Amino acid sequence: MAGAHPFDRVRPALAPLARETSIAHGVLVFAIEPANLLALVRRLKDEFGFDLFLDVTAVDWLGQTPRFEVVWHFYSTQHKVRVRVKTRVAEADPTVDSLVALYGSARFMERECHEMYGIAFRGNADLRPILLYEGFVGHPLRKDYPKQHEQPLVPYRAAE
Amino acid sequence: MKMDRKTIPIAHEKSGAFEFISTKKDELIGWARKFSLFPYPFVTACCAMEFMAVSGTPYDTDRFGAALPRFSPRQSDLLMVVGTITHKQAPILLKVWEQMCEPKWVLAFGACATSGGFYQNYAALPGIDKIIPVDVYVPGCPPRPEMVIDGIMQLQDKIARQRHPILTKDF
Repeated sequence: MAGAHPFDRVRPALAPLARETSIAHGVLVFAIEPANLLALVRRLKDEFGFDLFLDVTAVDWLGQTPRFEVVWHFYSTQHKVRVRVKTRVAEADPTVDSLVALYGSARFMERECHEMYGIAFRGNADLRPILLYEGFVGHPLRKDYPKQHEQPLVPYRAAE
Repeated sequence: MKMDRKTIPIAHEKSGAFEFISTKKDELIGWARKFSLFPYPFVTACCAMEFMAVSGTPYDTDRFGAALPRFSPRQSDLLMVVGTITHKQAPILLKVWEQMCEPKWVLAFGACATSGGFYQNYAALPGIDKIIPVDVYVPGCPPRPEMVIDGIMQLQDKIARQRHPILTKDF
């Protein structure tokens, strides 16, 4: 496939699984429904060689419905291109499927996204805090988390 | 050319002169302690680079007797908290401080240890004095080595002025 860009093959093949596709800053973007996530990512990995899972994070669009947007990034070490997959989930049930079965590295990244934004990953058995600590209440990267709210583990000394 | 040098005899006869000095106990102990600080570097962040600079030869904290880092809190008497302390890290810092034997002093090295610096958020402890007492604050992000040396010298002055009970709380 000399000369052809890798996206030329991926985009039409997977467009039926997406609500919308676009190219932003050289990254192919799939905006999808949450239900299509596993089917899309499995084909990205098995058929199109996106073998490296870069990250999963979330965006809190406070005031919009659905409130959260979950964003995944994948990289192809063969074609040296990136793909972004994003989907919207509601505040009442911020649940998406876990990618642990496809990418082992998703295990830790989903833990971080879970503690920071409160996104639940169905299929990840271990969603303990990874950067925060046990007993931390709330999700600090949500826009409605009070900016200077502290949850100290050591009781503060009395002011002198 | 032969110099006419007066030398102090090594095995001199006891003449009764200069065989006793008188001083105050606290001044003597304070003088000894202020020149034998054994720091424990509790290093968590980028201020470590300045800690290395101030420990190295050009600035040389050994001139103040504070060069030999002890990596056990039980052998050290100066806790240098170098860098940001998070809430998750705070119990560890408290445990290290509790394991140090008296007398002990704490130096807050840099803006983060002093006040949390620009980390006013869910993760960072806004100053280590929220959990342990601090003797000297060295501000700066990071502080220059001269500021750290000034902090050590201020701590030395403080130690020299302190009471130093050695047998009981009254003596």
